[in-house]
Amino acid sequence: MHELPVTQSILEIAIRHAGEAKRITRVNLVIGDLSSFVGDSVEFYWDMLSKDTIAEGAELHFRRIKTRFYCSECENKFHPSDSNDFVCPECGSAKVRVIAGKEFRMESIEVE
Amino acid sequence: MAKTVPVVEDILSTNQKIAFKNRSQFDEGGVFAINLMASPGAGKTSLITETIKGMSGEYRIAYIDGDIATSIDADKVAKLKVPAVQINTGGQCHLDAMMIQKALPQLELGETDLLIVENVGNLVCPTSFHLGIHRNVLIASIPEGDDKPYKYPGMYQGVDVIVLNKMDVLDSFDFRMDYFRQGVEILNPGLSFFPLSCKTGEGVREWNDWLRTEILKYQKDGGEGYELR
Repeated sequence: MHELPVTQSILEIAIRHAGEAKRITRVNLVIGDLSSFVGDSVEFYWDMLSKDTIAEGAELHFRRIKTRFYCSECENKFHPSDSNDFVCPECGSAKVRVIAGKEFRMESIEVE
Repeated sequence: MAKTVPVVEDILSTNQKIAFKNRSQFDEGGVFAINLMASPGAGKTSLITETIKGMSGEYRIAYIDGDIATSIDADKVAKLKVPAVQINTGGQCHLDAMMIQKALPQLELGETDLLIVENVGNLVCPTSFHLGIHRNVLIASIPEGDDKPYKYPGMYQGVDVIVLNKMDVLDSFDFRMDYFRQGVEILNPGLSFFPLSCKTGEGVREWNDWLRTEILKYQKDGGEGYELR
């Protein structure tokens, strides 16, 4: 149960950046698969929290970023598979590191 | 007329700001602060108890406990005669920077060398919410199984040291140490690793020594150069 404070934070950031705008119509978010946030729950709280603010009715748009690994042995870049052993599917090396998937930020808002 | 306003702001930036404030209060008081995270039952309170028993003669230790409800853990630790503050999160699955900020007035930071924060038992989100402490500690344990780094990669990435507790029962479980360590190494290369048993005491000294080294380094070099945790 952490989406409530997160949604509060999203609302606060959006309103702060809206300036003189009358209405926020859309909020564009970037969420990596390694960040532990559930879009559906955020939307649920969003409807409640944004009521009677300039963000009421604004659409939340989530751009999901898949987890991506880089193999330092063969320079292959890959998404980990569901079997989830993390090793490089090309060369079998375990010398891999995370290069994407931890994102959790607001990219932009659309206002009127 | 609709227009797009670029934002590019971390969603948890408010939490970050408060975490920075906590950090500066710690550094002002010369307090080295650690955050212990683990799944429920991995042995957080046991490790804290062992740590306090082993080190309270040398350092002034304080303790903050985060739990969804009850003060069972804080009561246990307070028996060891260290200042203990209980935070009940009221259902929230992690501590956040504001909860720590509100707890700080109950502690004498100027009279504290080491602050141990025990987070809510949870492997999913606590590392996403920075508290302003200096080092994140993850306690894993043998009965949880060897696949946890693969299942909770976010947690294993966000920590500075890992303790593997309940080594005394290793033989009773199909725990593949190589598989476990491979997952850890991929997510967090070179991470310090302490296999131990709070029950038998085996390995606890090595962990306490690591902590001593960290405190000494902090006391010598100050709070610069620590990533916000």
